[in-house]
Amino acid sequence: MNKKDFLARLRIGLGKLPQSDIDERLNFYSEMIDDRVEEGLSEEEAVKEIGPINLVVAQIIADYSSAGSNKAKTKTRRELKPLEIVLIVLGSPIWVSLLIAAFSVIISIYAVLWSVIIALWSVFFSLAACFLGGLAAAAIFTLKGNPVTGLAVLGAALLLAGLSIFAFYGCLAASRGVVTLTKKSVIWIKSLFIKKEAAQ
Amino acid sequence: MDIQLKRGLLDVCVLAAIKDEDSYGYKIIKDMKPYIELSESTLYTILKRLETANMLTVHSLEHGGRLRKYYHITAAGVRRIEEFKHDWKEIMSIYKFVTKENEGNE
Repeated sequence: MNKKDFLARLRIGLGKLPQSDIDERLNFYSEMIDDRVEEGLSEEEAVKEIGPINLVVAQIIADYSSAGSNKAKTKTRRELKPLEIVLIVLGSPIWVSLLIAAFSVIISIYAVLWSVIIALWSVFFSLAACFLGGLAAAAIFTLKGNPVTGLAVLGAALLLAGLSIFAFYGCLAASRGVVTLTKKSVIWIKSLFIKKEAAQ
Repeated sequence: MDIQLKRGLLDVCVLAAIKDEDSYGYKIIKDMKPYIELSESTLYTILKRLETANMLTVHSLEHGGRLRKYYHITAAGVRRIEEFKHDWKEIMSIYKFVTKENEGNE
């Protein structure tokens, strides 16, 4: 196998790694082969010295996964000491109630947010309902021989329809906002705990 | 050998290989060969780690119509070698203590 074949097979073998890492590795091996060739070896001999391509790929992948497992190791939680367990148990009347209070505050803030959303949607639905009611009233007035009043009611109904369309988009935007806010705060709360774990 | 211990040893060996003058990948492997066999992928990982730890810097120089990467030790790298020497003195005295203990038991 010559240098070109070696590098091509290495590139295929490392396929799953980030492109910049692959390029850097290929440059490294290319230099290693060139330096050996400069010492008087043929390309084939130089490639042979570096080792079987499968082994080289396996080693690189293993390096990657061991780097990953080291990161994972730092995140593992340490064991609690007996004194800490005793303190946690004895302190439970305080911290459990505080936790419940914090939790209820979060829930109530959330409930308030959603009640605003519900109120907005009810405005939309009542506008839409008034529009439908207006249409019916206009028809009834016209049929009963009062077309002028019917026309006036129809105008009012159309105005309400326009308002309800506006309200619909407003409600949609507000709901989406609350959903994004929820997602972000969940991620934030999560990160709070994960950071704490890493610091321990 | 314990993997952490071996990793620490290899780091210092590579630093020692570039201590007196800047060196390049293949030369580092050749210089270390009489003491430790080092594969290319291992050397790459060590060089990356030392670079991240600011113990060496990398620069490319033209050589024979191509670029070759040279590794240059930093002050932190030199300090690491000194620390290693110091630590090793302690380890040697512990070693003496441990082996003496064993002889006594026998």
